[in-house]
Amino acid sequence: MLDSGADPPPDGAPVALDSDDVKAIAHLARIGLDEDSRRRLAADLNTVLELVAELESVDTSGVEPMAHPLEATLRLRDDIVTERDRCVALQAIAPEVEGGYFLVPRVIE
Amino acid sequence: MSAALHEMTLAMQARALAGGACSAVELAEHHLARVERLNGTLNALLAVGADEALAAARDADARLAGKGEAPGPLTGVPIVHKDIFCTSALPTTCGSRMLDGYVSPFEATVVKRLREAGTVLLGKANMDEFAMGSSNENSFFGPVANPWDTSCVPGGSSGGSAAAVAARLVPAATGTDTGGSIRQPAAFCGLTGLKPTYGRVSRHGMIAFASSLDQGGPLARTAEDCAHLLRAMAGFDPHDATSSTREVPDYAAHLELPLAGLRIGVPREFFAEGLDTTVGDAVHAALGELERGGATLVDVSLPHQRHGIAAYYIVAPAEASSNLSRFDGVRFGYRCDDPADMEDLYERSRTEGFGPEVKRRILIGTYALSAGYYDAYYRKAMQVRRLISDDFARAFTEVDVIAGPTTPTPAFAHGAMDDPIAMYLNDLYTVSASLCGLPAMSLPCGFAGALPVGLQLIGQPFDEGRLLGVAHRLQASSDWHERVPEAFERASDTERQGEERARS
Repeated sequence: MLDSGADPPPDGAPVALDSDDVKAIAHLARIGLDEDSRRRLAADLNTVLELVAELESVDTSGVEPMAHPLEATLRLRDDIVTERDRCVALQAIAPEVEGGYFLVPRVIE
Repeated sequence: MSAALHEMTLAMQARALAGGACSAVELAEHHLARVERLNGTLNALLAVGADEALAAARDADARLAGKGEAPGPLTGVPIVHKDIFCTSALPTTCGSRMLDGYVSPFEATVVKRLREAGTVLLGKANMDEFAMGSSNENSFFGPVANPWDTSCVPGGSSGGSAAAVAARLVPAATGTDTGGSIRQPAAFCGLTGLKPTYGRVSRHGMIAFASSLDQGGPLARTAEDCAHLLRAMAGFDPHDATSSTREVPDYAAHLELPLAGLRIGVPREFFAEGLDTTVGDAVHAALGELERGGATLVDVSLPHQRHGIAAYYIVAPAEASSNLSRFDGVRFGYRCDDPADMEDLYERSRTEGFGPEVKRRILIGTYALSAGYYDAYYRKAMQVRRLISDDFARAFTEVDVIAGPTTPTPAFAHGAMDDPIAMYLNDLYTVSASLCGLPAMSLPCGFAGALPVGLQLIGQPFDEGRLLGVAHRLQASSDWHERVPEAFERASDTERQGEERARS
């Protein structure tokens, strides 16, 4: 689980996010925001948090969370090779490749 | 043939093809000419593959003439796919700059099945970016106009699909529905659209938004057309881990459902505050028509329905923030220019590639899943999801289907919903069935001024046949689904000459 960097709510109640909180959340999602968009998004996010705050009023004690409709369980398949080598087709759509590798800026100095 | 080709429903076109009254090439040419003439006004289609379509139409004609593979019920009918479905011949953008120019190395199962059923793919339909939106105003490729009133939105996120069918550019289109994205545009554009039970239609090759909610389904003019399309689209797919192994019924055989003895639940929560009175009146009139046909209306209660929006706007963004982390500028999709380092590559590719609503939802989801907030938001939302689902299960012990409005209002003007919450409230009646994985459809049931109104039907899991049956009964005794937006009704002189040439 990730840490948003924002202060945890005192009693589970939603806190109002400020521009620094939004900066921390955006960093977790690897989205860059200038000061102006941070302020705008803080306002937007607070409106959404006010909307979803009503969930607090619902008594959910003892209610099992429902992650999935119809309680679907994942199937197991036979342990056989099903994929062919499609390296060329899959790399043809990549921004930058060389010699079968995806190229990115240097990571190790 | 008395009717112009585009005036025929998908089922009528299929019968005309089977009977030799027209050819697949004529149908493709006719509809491509309409696309050429009318798509500029609508912006409903993002890509058109005329050459591929004509080649597919020639194959279909050969099949219909007894050469090669035996024809299927959809052989030769033109369709378009929402641009969320991966196609190998045409680009797949998902309405995003992130995937501008992306051509998928594989084909979605829905696309493959409909191709094998003989449909002729004309193009790809515009949509809200990554299916996030209720107005189609969030597309990187521009908004779509509603054919009933071009100053209004067609709904979303399958807005391009709905506008294309309503303007008779094609008789049918595919869509996807995560919180209402098939049903709401169907309601706004006067169409019949079906979101199947979760797991009924394969999600393979359908770009993921919220994986526990996403379902593909048809948008067409009638329940009969949806029955034929769903039959072709549905079925087990080993490439989708949550695909159902249940057999796919012959939905067309369910259309002649007797209404006598049918119990229709009318949840009082669907008619509470927030519902436009004209919409409410049209829905009540349709329910009255079903009652006259022999059905019994039963007052039911879904007490947790009102928390649907709140639960949905936690669950869907949470899943989206996870799903959309795959767009990192490395393996496919948009990459920023001259990245300084790895961090810069990720961050700027995502910042420049995603639009504002997508960013907003990624941030909501990231926050809801972050340490210290997970229990307060995500876990809580999943518990409320269970309570909403229990309400439906209880109601379905008393009734066979549940009916109410699809949307609180008819289509609104472009730019009218300027804050995110107002936009989210459009999904008031549609998110509950999505959260619970239930099949649900919208069909036209009247007008509010010049704009269509949709009736929503919600069923028990895998009971699509019954929903289609109820819709078909209503369409047999009403003509709302036959109305055509005036500006898009007529064939142009060129189209008419083309048809005359084709017939002579």
